[in-house]
Amino acid sequence: MHVHPIVSSLRRHRTAALLIVLEIALTCAIVCNALFLIGERIDAVRRPSGIAERELLQIRLSGIGPQTDAGARTREDLAALRAVPGVVGATVTNQLPFYRFSSSNSGVSLTADQAQPTLHAARYHADETTIATLGIRLVAGRDFLPDEYMDVAEVEALDGSEGMRGATIVTASMAERLFPGEQAVGRTVYFGPIPLTIVGIAESLARPSPSDGEGTFSFLLPIRLHYNNGGTYLIRVSDPARRDAVLAAAVAALEAVDPDRLILAHSAYEAIRADYFRNDREMIGLLSTVSIVLLVVTAFGIVGLASFWVQQRTRQIGVRRALGATRAQILRHFQIENFLLTSTGIVLGMALAYALNQLMMGRYELPRLPLAYLPVCTVLLWALGQAAVLWPALRAAAISPAIATRAA
Amino acid sequence: MLGYYLTLALRSFRRNRVLTALMVLTLALGIGACMTTLTVFHVLSGDPIPGKSDRLFHVQLDPEPLATYVPGAEPDSQLTRFDAEALLRDRHATRQVMMTGGGGIIEAEDGAVRPFLESMRYTSADFFAMFDVPFLHGQGWTAQDDAGRGRVAVIGRTLNDKLFGGADSVGRQVRVDGTALRIVGVIDDWLPRPKFYDLNTGRFDGQEHLFLPFSTAIDLKMGTSGSSNCFGGAPTNDSRALNAPCTWIQYWVELEDPAQADAFKAYLANYSAQQKAAGRFERPANVRLRSVMDWLDHRKVVPGDVRLQLWLALGFLLVCLVNTVGLLLAKFLRRGGEIGVRRALGAARRDVFVQAIVESGTVGIAGGLLGLGLAQAGLWAVRQRPTDYAALAHLDGAMLLLTFVLALVTSIAAGLLPAWRSMQIAPALQLKSQ
Repeated sequence: MHVHPIVSSLRRHRTAALLIVLEIALTCAIVCNALFLIGERIDAVRRPSGIAERELLQIRLSGIGPQTDAGARTREDLAALRAVPGVVGATVTNQLPFYRFSSSNSGVSLTADQAQPTLHAARYHADETTIATLGIRLVAGRDFLPDEYMDVAEVEALDGSEGMRGATIVTASMAERLFPGEQAVGRTVYFGPIPLTIVGIAESLARPSPSDGEGTFSFLLPIRLHYNNGGTYLIRVSDPARRDAVLAAAVAALEAVDPDRLILAHSAYEAIRADYFRNDREMIGLLSTVSIVLLVVTAFGIVGLASFWVQQRTRQIGVRRALGATRAQILRHFQIENFLLTSTGIVLGMALAYALNQLMMGRYELPRLPLAYLPVCTVLLWALGQAAVLWPALRAAAISPAIATRAA
Repeated sequence: MLGYYLTLALRSFRRNRVLTALMVLTLALGIGACMTTLTVFHVLSGDPIPGKSDRLFHVQLDPEPLATYVPGAEPDSQLTRFDAEALLRDRHATRQVMMTGGGGIIEAEDGAVRPFLESMRYTSADFFAMFDVPFLHGQGWTAQDDAGRGRVAVIGRTLNDKLFGGADSVGRQVRVDGTALRIVGVIDDWLPRPKFYDLNTGRFDGQEHLFLPFSTAIDLKMGTSGSSNCFGGAPTNDSRALNAPCTWIQYWVELEDPAQADAFKAYLANYSAQQKAAGRFERPANVRLRSVMDWLDHRKVVPGDVRLQLWLALGFLLVCLVNTVGLLLAKFLRRGGEIGVRRALGAARRDVFVQAIVESGTVGIAGGLLGLGLAQAGLWAVRQRPTDYAALAHLDGAMLLLTFVLALVTSIAAGLLPAWRSMQIAPALQLKSQ
C-alpha cells in the first residue's frame, strides 16, 4: 500500500489531524517524564540500607522525671531484651537509616585545622553489639576493640577535647571519597580537632536522611548511649515471621525492668523504612494513575476522530471497495494513517519531553531524562494508537461495496 | 434564542450519547484533577495569620566563622541563645519573642491520668499578643515571669479537657518533667497552618499543647526539639549553654510599618557590627528580616511534590482540552448537512457560531459539575493519605467558584475552533452534496 494517497487524504482534514498530533505529542511528553519520575522514585524506595532490615525491631523509651543512672538501667534493659525468646541481639544506637524523626551529621576533615570539612556524614554511635545486631558487614579492617568504647556520660564529662582521640568505622563510599583509590584502614581523619583512626570499613550504611547529601556517607563512633539520651533500642530477631510477638514480649520485658517509664514508639524497622518513603510511594501511585488515565483519554480521542472520518468517508470507501480494494486494504489504510499521525506526534512529543525535563531539572534538581525512555514511550504510543484505531478501522473495512451505488 | 439553542444542544447530546458522555467525562477528569491539586496548593500556600502577616518579621543574624563565609550566602535561619537574649533585652520592636520547640512528660495534679509525652513551646511573654492567640481562660505570663524563671504555664484547650475535664484551670497546677507549674491561662483552639513561627517541628501537623517561659525551660533543663546547628571548631557538649556557638532559637518581631522595619534592619546591622567589634562575630553584617509570607516562600513550605502534582494536573487538563476540541470538531462537522440547511434557510454565520458555543458551554457545565464531584473524591483521597497536610485538603468557596470558571472557560475555549469551523460551512455546497 502506498503512503501517498493517505497523506493527501489527511491533508483534507488538516485541523482534525493536527489535533490528534498535538494530543499525542502532549501525552508523549507528559507520560515520558512521568515514567522517568516513577523510575527515579522506584530507585529511591529500593535504596539499600546496609542493615538486616527484616529482622530488626525498634523501641524508644523516655524516663519520667530526672534519670539518675540511665547508663546502668540501659545495661539492665539490654540484658532483659536479650533474654526474650526469639531475640538474637539487642543494642542501643542514636539513629537509623531512613529515619524521619532525627538525624545527626558531622563534618569530617583530612587535617585538624581545615576551614571547611572534607565531607559531611551521618554519625552513628555504636556499643559492643551494634555492628553484629544491625548486620553491618565489614569489608576491611576490624570491629572496635573492647577498650575503645566509652560511655556517653564519660564523653559528656570531658572538659574540652584536648588530647582526645579515638577509633572510627566508615562506610566504603565515604572511605573512597576521603582516600580515593587508597587503603583507608589505619588512616586518620578529623572530627573537629579530634583525630580518629579508621579501623574498619563497612560495606554500606545508609544515612537517616539521604537527602542530607551523599546517601551512604556514614561513620560509627564507639560510644555507648543510654535510652534517655537520644538512644533507641534495636532488637534483632531470629525469625522475621514472629516479629510482632517478639516485639510485644520485648516491650513487656522493658516494662518489667522499670514500669515508671514511657514507651514512646515501638515498631518493626520495615515500618520505619516504609514511613520514610511513603511520599515517594504515593507519587509512584499518582504518576502511574495519571499516566494511565492520560493514555485512555488519548485513546478515546483517537477513537472519536477516527470514527468521524470513517463516517465521513463511507461513500468513498464504498467506491474503493467496488473498484476492487480488499477489506484488508481498507483496514490497513486507517492503520497506516494512524501510524503516520502517531509518529508525527511522537517526534513532536520527544522534543516537548526534553523541554519539560529541562524545566524540571532547573526547578526540582532532577537528572537528565535518559534516552532509554524514548523508545519505550514510542512503542507505547504506537501500540495505543493502533489499538484505538482498530475498532473504527474494522467498521470501515466492513462497509459494503454496494454503498457506492447508493445515493448518499 | 438562547433557550432554543439549549434545546438544540440537548437534542444533539441525545443523538450522540457516547460521544457526548466521552467529552463530559474527559473534561470532568481534567477539571477534577486540576481542582484537587489546586486546592491542595491553595491550602498549603495560604496566609496563616491574615491581617497581621505583613507586620510580623522573622529575624536572622550571621554568627558563623569567617573561614566558612561565602559572600551573599543565606545566614542561618535561627539565632544563638546569646543573640536572642540580647535582642530581647534591647526591645527595639513593638513586640518581640524568642522561642524553641520542646517536649516533656506531663503528669496530672491528682494522678488520675497516666503520664504522657506532650509537645511544648518554650517562649517569652509577647508570644500570645504577637500571634493573636485567643484565650479561653486567664492570659499569658508577664515579662517578670520570663525574668524570674517563673514556674508558670499556658495550656491548650485539648490538654485542659484532658487534665481538668474542660474546667477553668487557671491557678491550678500541672507537673511537667517532675516540676509543678502554675497554670495562668488556657488558650482556645489555635492552630496556624503552616506553623510559620517554627517550621522545624511539624509544619502542618505540629500542634503544641503547653507553653512555658523559655527561661524556666532552660532552668529545668527540659528537652528541646527542632533543629540545632553548631559551628564552632570544637564539638560542644551543651549546645544550649548561653555561650554555645549553636543556633537553635527562632526570633520574631512585630513592627508597625515599613519605616519601622527599615529602622529595625539597621539596628540588626548595627548589632552585628558591635558583636564583630567585640570579637564574637567574624563575618560582615549579614542580616535578614522577612515578613511571614516572604519567610514561608523562602523556606519553600509548599512541598516540591505538590508543585509537581499541580503541573502534572495542568498538563493533564491541557490534553483533555485538546481531546475535547477534537471530539467537538468531529461532532459539529458531522452535522455539516444540518448546518448547511440552516444557513440556506437564512441563519447568519453568527447564529451558527453562537449555537455551537452554547452547545460546547453546556458540555462544559456538565463536565464542571462532574469534575466538582471528582475533585471532592480526589480531596477525600488526599485526606486519607498519611501526609501531614492531609487533613487540610478541603474545597472552599473561592475554589468552588474557580471550578466553574475553569469549566466554562475550558469548554468555551474547546468550542471556539469547532464553532469557527462550522460557521465556515457554505450553505450551497452542503446542500449539493446531500
